[in-house]
Amino acid sequence: MLYMYRKMIEIRQFEEAAGTLYQSGQLPGFLHLYIGEEATAVGVCVHLQDEDYITSTHRGHGHLIAKGGRRDRMMAELFARTTGYCKGKGGSMHIADKETGILGANGVVGAGIPLAAGAALSAKLRGTQQVAVSFFGDGATNQGIFHETLNLAAVWELPVVFVCENNRFGMGTPQSEHQRIEDIAVRAPSYDIPGVTVDGNDVLKVYAAADEAVTRAREGGGPTLLNCDTYRFRGHHIGDPGTSYRDREEVQEQERQRDPIRRLTEVLTEEEGVSEDELSAIEAELAKELESALEFAKNSPEPLPEDALNDLYAGSIQP
Amino acid sequence: MRDALREALHEEMERDDSIIVLGEDVITHGGPYAVTRGLDEKFPGRIRQTPISEAGIVGTALGAALCGMRPVAEVMYVDFATCAMDEVVNQMAKVRYMFGGQTDVPVVLRLPSGSARLLAAQHSQCLEAWFLHVPGLQVVVPSTAYDAKGLMKTALRGKDPVLFMEYKRLYTNECEVPDEDYAIPFGQADVKREGGDVTIVATGPMVPKALEAADLLSPEGIEVEVVDTRTLVPFDKATVFASVEKTNRVIVTDEEVKRGGTSAEIASLIAEECFDALDAPVKRVAAAEVPMPFSPELEKLVVPKTEHLVAAARELVG
Repeated sequence: MLYMYRKMIEIRQFEEAAGTLYQSGQLPGFLHLYIGEEATAVGVCVHLQDEDYITSTHRGHGHLIAKGGRRDRMMAELFARTTGYCKGKGGSMHIADKETGILGANGVVGAGIPLAAGAALSAKLRGTQQVAVSFFGDGATNQGIFHETLNLAAVWELPVVFVCENNRFGMGTPQSEHQRIEDIAVRAPSYDIPGVTVDGNDVLKVYAAADEAVTRAREGGGPTLLNCDTYRFRGHHIGDPGTSYRDREEVQEQERQRDPIRRLTEVLTEEEGVSEDELSAIEAELAKELESALEFAKNSPEPLPEDALNDLYAGSIQP
Repeated sequence: MRDALREALHEEMERDDSIIVLGEDVITHGGPYAVTRGLDEKFPGRIRQTPISEAGIVGTALGAALCGMRPVAEVMYVDFATCAMDEVVNQMAKVRYMFGGQTDVPVVLRLPSGSARLLAAQHSQCLEAWFLHVPGLQVVVPSTAYDAKGLMKTALRGKDPVLFMEYKRLYTNECEVPDEDYAIPFGQADVKREGGDVTIVATGPMVPKALEAADLLSPEGIEVEVVDTRTLVPFDKATVFASVEKTNRVIVTDEEVKRGGTSAEIASLIAEECFDALDAPVKRVAAAEVPMPFSPELEKLVVPKTEHLVAAARELVG
């Protein structure tokens, strides 16, 4: 439980720092913050090893950190430095780390879904116990590729878990306007796979549901659609305050009542006998590490002009 | 050619356990043109017959390629690559670059192309030009059984995505194919016929037509040199330019729609880099700018013909 607390704090700190940096004009590109959704990434990824795979979204920093991504190399990538995971060539929406099975954040909604199925196929053919997890949002469940992949994964009984983060909005459109269903898990029986819905802001509930789904996949039981009801506290991306299509009161209510970190804190201090000092110490330690990560990023070199042309092909052809 | 492709797949699948095949009807009929027929018996579990889901097929193949497999995904007609464009253009082509070179992307997409059997507009296209335009892909277009086998082997041994255009009308092409192992590198055009008067730079089904045109023109004292491009990305400029420098007159031809087709790219390259060698403007012979009509008589008018090449050569020389 403390591990999950640490991970959620890591994510929250990173996202808040990134948001501040972006707003002060220090980061290029787009930024899509995961604040408020930490419990889903952490509750799922705690069941995964380095050899397992995940695919992520444009809102991917949370998944990446939960899966083992380092904040210094991620920060360096946001700053477009060569020490970033993608040597500054990918940016926030395309961060990947082969070593820890992170098959990338993705700038196209839903595009990571079939990649996870492919990763799962490779595991099945190798006969290993590896699993793949695909993270995506409510918006992605209307993309054709969601339907194609769930069907294919079900037919081939692939070891993959499809994790939907239903934060009730596909960009600026409320769920009630982009699909008629409310509980996304009802789509699972269309593919004859199990569908489960949990409170995505309760890391212990996510943990339990993910345990079952990941185990099912590892043991050859095929895919699961795990729907996590959550909420993003900030806008779709920085520059979107998130209040033109949402009620300000609703946002504030969510922040007050459903902050996943506060909820775990309550459990830890009230039920698990962890002291607030212990938790503060963890936060302070992580804040310090984030400071170094930031220094590392800011002091890292920028790409050279010739870097624009390399890493296109692994073989011998040059552009 | 279809047997040569099957042989290439068979031989490489024996050598390399990580090669798998995905596609619609790849077991039942061996694919619509029988290329994968019989492979399932020899390699059980490695030939995966899919639902009709081009995007899902290509995306899954890509995911597997990122995780140690070498998938060969068949999209039954290149026309249906449109159903998987995000997977090809935004994912497959870009993933290595965006990830800073962390991963190889050894996917081969087999894409039956071109006019055949009066299948009309949605089953007859030639779409190389679209994929030429996307950095990160390789585009391969064999015109003979020999070239097909050698190029497929290279595709299956490489580390980068390959769009392998299989022209349906060329599946029945027969020629000598050695039993010994051989692979044809990408980026090597092939002079199929030597000649000193006019160069025809031809791709795919226009290669046999260019050779026919050469036979028709030779009695008139016009000797045509036919350069088969074989791979469009990577492209062998050196061989093409050497031929232009030799003949000073060039026709570029393929079965694609003329506007914005591969011939436009090749013609531009020649004009930019071989201008001094040219004694006449570069000519292009390609398909009419319409979708492929169903009527056999109309199809004949739309698809570029040997006669067009003959006429173009006479104009250049005359």
